[in-house]
Amino acid sequence: MSGAGELLERSLLDLSAAIERGEVGAREATEAALRRIEASDGRLGAFLTVTAEAALRQADAADARRARGRRLSPLDGVPLALKDIFLTEGIPTTCGSRILEGYLPPYDATVVERLKGAGAVLLGKLNMDEFAMGSSTENSAFKPCRNPYDLSRTPGGSSGGSAAAVAARLAWGTLGTDTGGSIREPASFCGVVGVKPSYGRVSRYGVVAFASSLDQVGPLGRTVADAAALLQVVAGHDPRDMTSSTRPVADYRRDLEAGARDLRIGVPREWMAGGVEAGVEQRVREALALYQKLGARLVEVSLPHSRYGVAAYYIIAPAEASSNLARYDGVRFGLRARDARGLAEMYAETREQGFGPETKRRIMLGTYALSSGYYDAYYLRAQKVRTLIRRDFDRAFESCDVLAGPVCPTVAFRLGEKVADPLQMYLADVFTITCNLAALPGLSVPCGLHPAQGMPVGLQLVGRPFDEATMLRAARALEREMGPLPGPEAVSMARGVS
Amino acid sequence: MSLSLDEVRRIAALARLRLAPEDERVFAGQLSAILEYVEQLRELDVSGVEPMTHALAAGEAAALREDEVLPSLPVERSLAAAPAREGACFKVPRIIE
Repeated sequence: MSGAGELLERSLLDLSAAIERGEVGAREATEAALRRIEASDGRLGAFLTVTAEAALRQADAADARRARGRRLSPLDGVPLALKDIFLTEGIPTTCGSRILEGYLPPYDATVVERLKGAGAVLLGKLNMDEFAMGSSTENSAFKPCRNPYDLSRTPGGSSGGSAAAVAARLAWGTLGTDTGGSIREPASFCGVVGVKPSYGRVSRYGVVAFASSLDQVGPLGRTVADAAALLQVVAGHDPRDMTSSTRPVADYRRDLEAGARDLRIGVPREWMAGGVEAGVEQRVREALALYQKLGARLVEVSLPHSRYGVAAYYIIAPAEASSNLARYDGVRFGLRARDARGLAEMYAETREQGFGPETKRRIMLGTYALSSGYYDAYYLRAQKVRTLIRRDFDRAFESCDVLAGPVCPTVAFRLGEKVADPLQMYLADVFTITCNLAALPGLSVPCGLHPAQGMPVGLQLVGRPFDEATMLRAARALEREMGPLPGPEAVSMARGVS
Repeated sequence: MSLSLDEVRRIAALARLRLAPEDERVFAGQLSAILEYVEQLRELDVSGVEPMTHALAAGEAAALREDEVLPSLPVERSLAAAPAREGACFKVPRIIE
């Protein structure tokens, strides 16, 4: 089956072009992905649900369209997979939680509708931290997910399954969500490209809500162009999401090859001021030097309030979560505790049985921050700090076009390493969180392997509001200069099997 | 900032969450540590700063639209995932004794 292995190594857009030319069928690609999932996901744990039959049906329909010369989009016939946070009609959607085990949504999320409308093949639903709360996918109620580069390490989180599936070549692209770094951190840990668009760029309709003023949907892909192609399909106004922007969507691939010449790349002093692992800092500095070589100008900027980002986030996000998660009460869907005496007891028992420890911790934190007498001291103050953080970015963008720095202070950590200390886990998001608080677009693009640990390092790029195009162009310039990242060892092991 | 067990129980009751006694103790410690970390927000002078109550800038979000009737989920599909139902209603345990 060397043909199938070769097929799996292709980028999404290469596969798409091969389908277009009639060299590869959507069914052939789908079967190759399903075989790879079967062979290697037992160890990896990226998928929570595999929808093989539906995927093959969609693939056959795509092949029939291609035969009639009616391809719907570059995604037509391309096998993708979705974080289990997106509602999929009739397909289990758990959000990584026992409280939604077995839940069959009655409708599709807008992004799912759009992918289906573009002809994409959906392979299944991907593992995640429960309710997207976490940075390692260890908070999944069902099973941990592992890093394809080293199975003893986490893939990051909360979109760990989405990053691991792309890195291990189980799907040609995936969607995740990012509330404080949940796309960028796993993309960095797994050596793939992960994009968090500006708040409001992609519809949140049918996406299980965590922190509604911070949540944003985005793509993960093997290349910058793959991620751009996915974003192109899901971005845009949705009348069913009142926070979705009416701004026109840019053509994300038009200027992708325009290079980095004359770009002003801002390097926030605070992102490079220590606390970053030496090997990570080295790769990030090398990437910045490459940008200079490519004709970009580095500009030192300052984000003085960024060090308050994690503190503000851990008031705002849990506060919003405690409100959003009030809906899990055992009445309309999901788990209901048995034999409860009366309604109040049924609520409390359902929520005790259905939620995991991190979810409970955040509900408690948010409830406290919003409770009578504490609102001004915590929530209101955090929202004001959020304004200060946004102003820092506005000022920085007066002298540069895009910001660059590390995604995460470390490479992927080991399973179990941080579970006992929630605060240490939260600090993994120290560089990604401010981007959500300021509603800006950000991404992670691979910038090499850690010199000692051999694990992927991601460079974070942050753009002006709704200027995803410049950020993607800068990422592509680096990717083109560096060439592809060496594939994970676990993939070469699986290659022997499939 | 240190949370007592009583405060933990009070918050759990507000959140309609039952906690096992050992969870109450673990959460008291962990939540206290997080709140202590969050205390650093007090260092900042935020007087005169407007809170960022909307993630989208003014004029960014969709304009208000006409209120028009659109199809909604049929009752049967809305009830399909209910743990218990009776007729066209969600059924819940007794509320008033």
